Amino acid sequence: MSLLKVDHLSVSFVTRNGTNQAVDDVSFAVEPRQITAIIGESGSGKSVSCYAMLGLVPSPPGRIDGGSAVFQGQDLLSLSESELRAIRGRDIAMIFQDPMTCLNPFMRIGDQLIEPLTLHRGLDKKSAQARATELLDEVGIRDPQGAMRAFPHEFSGGMRQRVMIAMALINEPKLLIADEPTTALDVTIQAQILKLIADLQHKRDIGVLLISHDLAVVSDIADQIVVMEQGKVVEQGSPQAIFDNAQHPYTRKLLAAIPSGQKIADAVAADPLIRIDHLKTWFTPNEGAEPVKAVDDVSLEIHRGEVLGLVGESGSGKSTLGRSLLRLVPLTGGQIDFDGTTLSALQGKPLKQFRHRMQMIFQDPYASLNPRMTVYDTLAEPLLQHNLVSKAGLDQAIRELMDNVGLAQAFVRKYPHEFSGGQRQRIAIGRALATRPEFIVADEPVSALDVTIQAQILDLLADLTKEYGLTMLFISHDLAVIRQIADRIAVMYHGKLVEEGPTAQVFDSPSADYTRSLLAAIPGAHAA
Amino acid sequence: MNTVSSPAFDAVEQGSSLWHDAWLRLRKNKLALLGGAVLLFMIVIALLTPWIAPYSYEAQNLDLGASPPSAAHWLGTDIFGRDLLTQVMYGGRISLAVGFIATAVALLIGVTWGAIAGYVGGRVDAIMMRLVDILYALPFMIFIVLLMVVFGRNILLLFLAIGAVEWLTMARIMRSQVQSLRQQEFVEAAVSVGLSPATIIRKHIVPNALGPIIVYTTLTIPSVMLLEAFLSFLGLGIQPPATSWGLLISYGAETMEEYPWLLIFPGCALTLTLFSLNFLGDGLRDALDVRGSKD
Repeated sequence: MSLLKVDHLSVSFVTRNGTNQAVDDVSFAVEPRQITAIIGESGSGKSVSCYAMLGLVPSPPGRIDGGSAVFQGQDLLSLSESELRAIRGRDIAMIFQDPMTCLNPFMRIGDQLIEPLTLHRGLDKKSAQARATELLDEVGIRDPQGAMRAFPHEFSGGMRQRVMIAMALINEPKLLIADEPTTALDVTIQAQILKLIADLQHKRDIGVLLISHDLAVVSDIADQIVVMEQGKVVEQGSPQAIFDNAQHPYTRKLLAAIPSGQKIADAVAADPLIRIDHLKTWFTPNEGAEPVKAVDDVSLEIHRGEVLGLVGESGSGKSTLGRSLLRLVPLTGGQIDFDGTTLSALQGKPLKQFRHRMQMIFQDPYASLNPRMTVYDTLAEPLLQHNLVSKAGLDQAIRELMDNVGLAQAFVRKYPHEFSGGQRQRIAIGRALATRPEFIVADEPVSALDVTIQAQILDLLADLTKEYGLTMLFISHDLAVIRQIADRIAVMYHGKLVEEGPTAQVFDSPSADYTRSLLAAIPGAHAA
Repeated sequence: MNTVSSPAFDAVEQGSSLWHDAWLRLRKNKLALLGGAVLLFMIVIALLTPWIAPYSYEAQNLDLGASPPSAAHWLGTDIFGRDLLTQVMYGGRISLAVGFIATAVALLIGVTWGAIAGYVGGRVDAIMMRLVDILYALPFMIFIVLLMVVFGRNILLLFLAIGAVEWLTMARIMRSQVQSLRQQEFVEAAVSVGLSPATIIRKHIVPNALGPIIVYTTLTIPSVMLLEAFLSFLGLGIQPPATSWGLLISYGAETMEEYPWLLIFPGCALTLTLFSLNFLGDGLRDALDVRGSKD
């Protein structure tokens, strides 16, 4: 018998603008001792369907239109709020995407862990503490005794997610719902957390419902995959069946969007456009404090016409290196030469005038566009700043830019909030290209986007690089993406450059240990 | 705002700038429009008062004394037999002028000061904000009395003195707004486009900080009007026979048991202005928030 059986579940949101069918006739099951993964892009209803059966969708505007969700012989949808509350946290536990916001920053880890034990189980403090320490050990926290006394901010993101998992397991649930549990984590940490979830599931005989946008991530550990699109289940089956024999066009589209393959490096002569010499960018958070060496003694050449992929985990200094090249952060030492000009020595007006030769594409298209400027104003600004077009030619130039980045011209008077993430990123790319730069720093330009959109933007970037003859520094934590777009790869770790070389060489015979561990952590052995 | 017109695109999509779009949205907010209309009416009356006031504001009729509203005196008369409507009209000139001019002074200094401190940061910020702290710590009354003693009493000085105190809070609000906005990637993008700090503040930061500024402005105008009344009551502001709403209200309050109309009518004038300001302020804030537009 299934642990959880969802049948014909429909959920809609009633707003002033009408009814939005978020979940439409969805059926799936979670078997005991199995991992079922729900895959879908943002807005596909994957989270809503799970939250709805636990009574976690606020009503109004949410409304359950029909269906059933039978868990251990009980229909969750027919239970009262207090009956549901008894099941939530005890028989069904959840872990969320962002472990930071789920822990109380003012409470010690130990106190947060024993709270459910002393409150709901009536354990005395001492045995509750012993139980909690045991659990921390089980989820792989070194020095669990010390961890009990620590505050959440003393832990890294991966450690906090382990604590969250311990917290979810504390009442020995039968079903664990994990909503994008690794999305906020670095790749090597992601691999560890996924392995932990799979191990615990085996050891404890629980069913797991894993919600994710990333097909590659779940393919390694899931027993069953449910693909959702626009509130409907379009396909379900074993990972084997999904990857080898996908039936639905959307599943095939998702599979095709997984970054794969390797760019065939163009035969470019090693003609350095940018020469970085012993660059240091340090930050001093408070006066007198030890400086944070974000970029520490990095020397690197970027060749004319190439895409150099810069890989590293959060805190490796890869973004700071990109911003240093564009002189967006103050430099501490070293030298940057840009096509014969000592860029690191430029100041004031000459630097401002130089800026049109180098531009940046940012990670978060929601933050990188001024919310109070229309597309027209956003694109016009760089053109007018550098007197690149006459006032008469401005409309024509903006028209061309919009065409080049694939935006309909009718959108020209719209504000950023009226666009989707992918469209916004197109606007941001248009702004970066407006000055006809020679060099672009793309800082995680696709990591905030859905997979299918990610594939489109990567294609666009590859095309534009050719069309505009760009040299690009492509920063990413995602090796699969880098492999697809970069000619050469540089790997950063703790502010230092640990490896540099042609893409094929770095993937096939990495020289640094760190690079090897990064490569081993790439999710989706099935997908490759 | 520096916005370029583009006839070719306008054929496709209506609207041209933040302010134009804001006006289109404001037009739909009836309450805000009403508030704006009442304010406009008040200002026009205040400007025309010397020509349209029913009586001279010095004209007394001691025989009449305090009389309730009548056909000859619509709002009644005060204890010296002066026409209250005339008094309220002349008082409005002073109150509105103090309210708007002192607030404008506060707005100009505060927003500029706060924006520079917040954007430049570091030592400049520390020095600028410590200066604000020092001015905060000075007892306001002593500050005003000193100004009056040194420069003598005049109405312009009153505007200046009030504005010079009110800008401090404005600067703090603006600074905290700018500090969070300058971390945003769109400001970084503006830097990499090559814009100067002044342009970035003007085009990218101030428009995004308008919401809190407008709300605080609509709160400042009434508080400035009340401050003037307080100063005048202490003999540091407006002196009789010149008058203001604040003064009229404080005199009216003394005699409210015998002659309630002396309190009610000036009070109504002030309240009506404050209501209108708040409605207009709320409407402006919503209208300038492009995100709320399509809901």
